[in-house]
Amino acid sequence: MIRIEKLHKSYPIGKDSLHVLKGIDLHIKEGEFVSIMGSSGSGKSTLLNIVGLLDVHDEGNYYLNGQLIKDLNEKKAAILRNKFLGFVFQSFNLISYKTALENVALPLYYKGMARKERLKIAQEYLEKVELGPWANHLPNELSGGQKQRVAIARALVTKPKVVLADEPTGALDSTTTDSVMDLLKDINDEGMTVFVITHEEEVAEQTKRVVRLKDGLIISDELTATGKAKTV
Amino acid sequence: MKFLFDSDTWQEIYGSIRKNKVRTAITIIGVLWGIFLLVVLLGAARGLENSFNKLFGNFATNSVFVWTQSTDTPFKGFQEGRRFTLTMNDIDVLKSEYSDEIKLLAPRNQTNNLIIKDFKSGDFRVSGDYPILDQIQKKQLLYGRFLNQNDILSIAKVAVISEDMYKQLFEINEFPIGQYIKINSISYKVIGVYKPSNTVNFDGDCAYIPFTTFRKVYNTANKVDWMMITANEGTDIEQMEKDVLLTLKGLHKVHPDDERAFGSVNLGKEIGKITGFIIGMQFLTWFVGIATLIAGVFAIGNILLITVKERTKEIGIRRALGATPKSIRQQIILESVFLTTIAGMLGIILGSLVLFLIDTAFGQGEDATLINPTVNIPIILIAFVTLIVLGTLIGLIPAHMATVVKPIEALREE
Repeated sequence: MIRIEKLHKSYPIGKDSLHVLKGIDLHIKEGEFVSIMGSSGSGKSTLLNIVGLLDVHDEGNYYLNGQLIKDLNEKKAAILRNKFLGFVFQSFNLISYKTALENVALPLYYKGMARKERLKIAQEYLEKVELGPWANHLPNELSGGQKQRVAIARALVTKPKVVLADEPTGALDSTTTDSVMDLLKDINDEGMTVFVITHEEEVAEQTKRVVRLKDGLIISDELTATGKAKTV
Repeated sequence: MKFLFDSDTWQEIYGSIRKNKVRTAITIIGVLWGIFLLVVLLGAARGLENSFNKLFGNFATNSVFVWTQSTDTPFKGFQEGRRFTLTMNDIDVLKSEYSDEIKLLAPRNQTNNLIIKDFKSGDFRVSGDYPILDQIQKKQLLYGRFLNQNDILSIAKVAVISEDMYKQLFEINEFPIGQYIKINSISYKVIGVYKPSNTVNFDGDCAYIPFTTFRKVYNTANKVDWMMITANEGTDIEQMEKDVLLTLKGLHKVHPDDERAFGSVNLGKEIGKITGFIIGMQFLTWFVGIATLIAGVFAIGNILLITVKERTKEIGIRRALGATPKSIRQQIILESVFLTTIAGMLGIILGSLVLFLIDTAFGQGEDATLINPTVNIPIILIAFVTLIVLGTLIGLIPAHMATVVKPIEALREE
């Protein structure tokens, strides 16, 4: 599903440049539940942004669903994001003046789906994250956990190949963290590839495979207890 | 174009406008003010133009008036300061020599006389005229008719008097037509009463009698006090004035360069000055109006730019969710066009309303200063279309800014 070979990325800082990713090799197969661990500055967010087509890499190859990602213009990137990827952000990133239902339906709007149809599908997904009754609430009327579940519903609504979650529980307390992680697990059980970035061990433990990053390099890549249990 | 008729597009625009009600309102006022000014100024300029037209309306605007003074240069054995008069011969010469240029030529003689009606009397000007005077300066008749050719041929003792004379000499509600008044001890039958123009008027209160009658009664023989000439359509009136004066100088043995011998007023030239003023004012109106419009449109662009800046994160989210740069651009341009259109329509409505009020206050009645202040629909449409085009163009800037930021940077924005 996702194959990365010798990926390099550096950011210019003044006259110097900061070398963030120093040759990452990573292969994530369809249906995997992977977490990227690392302290801040390890390059994990950069990796996610590149995987999410929000940023471009400098060197190396990146294949998404078998397609080499190279010289994408914004339009193509937008279409690929819409088709293959679903995003879940730490700060939820819901549009504040749209209701939960409208937020969930937004990716379908960019897909060009008719309003009636996409609201119906959005409602289905809201119910799936157990927020059916909150459909017409604005984000500021929802709790953090609810907001994140709306965001997950929004990420899933286009039936993407991969769900990319950037610190999905970073702004949540432990109870809601568990509920969000359960939801991600359920999604994974349905066969969706889930790619989580976190710095919390408890979160990483609940995934099936943990990739640890340090200073732009992968230092370990192993299956967790859950992952092992599943494979065996 | 499909996206224009998509209810979702408008939903999105409504959503983003609703978010910033106050700012949207202020933005709209900027453009509204521009088109409002344009409409009101153009309307007022038109009103002023109409007023000027009314002022000169009863005059043939291509007229020249000529009379004699005294020479200022000795010529052909005559000393300077010689006085002379125009004659009927001059009229005939001019008529035959300038048959192409001259449309109407009216000689006239004038004097002041006591006019008596029964026991009432007053001192008034008496003018011997031809019927064509009515075509040079339109007479508004309250009773009866103006002089006609028959009166001229039959040397009839008839008079057309002014409203003031009628009020002064006649009893209230007395019917004037067919009554007799005495001028210089000769009885004239009143055939008409006219209302002098309350704007530009050369004669004041004047009793008009046939030119031939005047000549006979006052024994003026061939003498002509002054003449009025109107030019045919398309004639250079200033050139004609010069030519006519030169011919007259030749006829009266006046030095060709004599500046004083003939007095003349060229109404066309005088009106031309005022027309020039009006054109200048219209130009100014357009200039101010368009400049204000542009300023208003720039304000919209400016506000949208701020909005885009503020919504950077939202735009980033939308792009992460699959919004193409094109769809973002369309959205912002449409927002700009929508705002300018709404503002334009409100401005036109408000401007028309103010013009209506101006019309009610100053536009009606005898002494109206701004008559019918109106703006042509095509002009409004042109302004409106210009506004929309400008709105689109200015929308391009924030639209470009919205998509030039990479989605990752947009998302990082707090």
